[in-house]
Amino acid sequence: MLQDKIFKKLIFTCGLLIILLGIAIFITVLIGSIPSIKAFGFHFLSSKQWNPVSDEFGALPFIIGTLITSILAILISIPFSLSVALLLGEFFQEGILNEILSSTIDLLAGIPSVIYGFWGLVVLVPIIRNIEMKCGIPPYGVGILTASIVLAIMIIPYTASIAREVIRLTPPEIKEAGYSLGGTRLDIVRKVIFPNSRSGIIAGILLGFGRAIGETMAVTMVIGNSNTLPKDLFSPANTMASVIANEFTEATTNIHLSSLIQIGMWLFVITFLVNLLGSIIIEKTEIKGGLNG
Amino acid sequence: MDNHRTKIIKDKVFLFTVIFISFLAVLPLMAIIIQLIIKGARVVNLHFLLSLPKPPPEGGGILNSLTGTLIIVGIATLIAVPIGLLSGIYLAEFKNRFTRFTEIIVNTLQGVPSIVIGILAYLWIVKPTGKFSGFSGGFALSLMMLPSVIKNTEETIKLIPSSLKEASFALGANYTSTLFKVILPTAMRGILSGVLIGIARIAGETAPLLFTTLGNPYMNINPYKPMDALPLLIFNYVMSPYKAWRDVAWGAALVLVSLVLLLIIIMKMVGKKWTT
Repeated sequence: MLQDKIFKKLIFTCGLLIILLGIAIFITVLIGSIPSIKAFGFHFLSSKQWNPVSDEFGALPFIIGTLITSILAILISIPFSLSVALLLGEFFQEGILNEILSSTIDLLAGIPSVIYGFWGLVVLVPIIRNIEMKCGIPPYGVGILTASIVLAIMIIPYTASIAREVIRLTPPEIKEAGYSLGGTRLDIVRKVIFPNSRSGIIAGILLGFGRAIGETMAVTMVIGNSNTLPKDLFSPANTMASVIANEFTEATTNIHLSSLIQIGMWLFVITFLVNLLGSIIIEKTEIKGGLNG
Repeated sequence: MDNHRTKIIKDKVFLFTVIFISFLAVLPLMAIIIQLIIKGARVVNLHFLLSLPKPPPEGGGILNSLTGTLIIVGIATLIAVPIGLLSGIYLAEFKNRFTRFTEIIVNTLQGVPSIVIGILAYLWIVKPTGKFSGFSGGFALSLMMLPSVIKNTEETIKLIPSSLKEASFALGANYTSTLFKVILPTAMRGILSGVLIGIARIAGETAPLLFTTLGNPYMNINPYKPMDALPLLIFNYVMSPYKAWRDVAWGAALVLVSLVLLLIIIMKMVGKKWTT
């Protein structure tokens, strides 16, 4: 029985370690941010000056950049992820097409972010550059729109896998009742499946949004890395994650480093809240599964 | 009659639209893989895998970043598996306020942006030790791997019928030997697939390595010094102006994606056998 006692203590300690880890993460980024919080206060979030030379730091351009790219990515990805979810959760619940599509979606989720960035840089950037030249806009190729498209491709698997589970949960009786009244597939999807699985779909979108906000490498490679407020969808910009990736090793002053850490802290807080909201909704609708891992 | 026909046509049109849009959604994946194979296969050969990078305008090989990735991922696995396994067992076997809170933390950990993990490893290891190192990168990746090990362990153990455990207790076995001789062997496949998906997830991570392992153009197997890794090499070489380096990046990308996809496929096979 002594053996049992020791072992139970051991696994309890590991659980405790996880909790301490979570708390330590927050405390670490908070302490690291203190110099820049002291220096700029809440002005940090509303100032658009980011100037390492004069040690003036305001994160507004990056907050705006993150919000625009993530929201745009969600908007682009919604039709695609809902179509995939409908196919997997309703029209082809089993069979060879389901196997192929769901394995492809799993692989899509497994491709490393740096590869998406690579692909975006080599394939997407020249296409966007051509469009920009035809429209008479400065042909950077890189910028907010390019980053949003790459992000949209990356979050499809996350939204689709949650939406699929909830669509699959639609009670067959209501669907059959709908069909027996003469409804077409489109009617059933619009009037039965979507209303019935609304909260789960919203949760999936939220989780995709959380991924998009924190995504770093792919965005860093195609967004153009400009520290000014973006003027339009084609202008180069930076997100909160990409500015950290770009400047962290080059930060020479303490206040610069601390400002970057503070951006990291807000990034942590925002993704935490978005994910929490998403998982609360998921728990309420009792969806099982989601993407593996 | 006419109304009936339009309805059927509408129905078909809708179905085909959904199939078409889904096809568009997976098109990038096919494009990426086909391009990787075409451009990567030109450079990848045994010599490419076994030689070191060369200064421009030459390209060279990826031996240092390949071994770097293996070492860093190995360190991450060594840290994440024992802790993840034990906490997963704890979460599966007990249910109280404390485990509820632990579960929230695990979910939070899963959502922490990779770049923030990089900041943490920098502040916790690089800064106190005063140097960039392969170990700090491995530590960062272990934080990213933990949630999938914990969750898979927990969920697999929860699925084991309690009659199995009770039979073991009835035979007079204590908790620890029941765990090691009954629960863990039964849950092996599920746990293993959690570890594999965790490795697949971290092997391609770049952001946590940017300011921890830093990168290193020379061969280095000492984890206390800066190391190169495949994703880092891809990132640095893609952005370089030399064509030879970009070719190396294509080759490295092909190697990395093959490794990750192979892990996912093995994971699926392991997982499938376990459920049937």
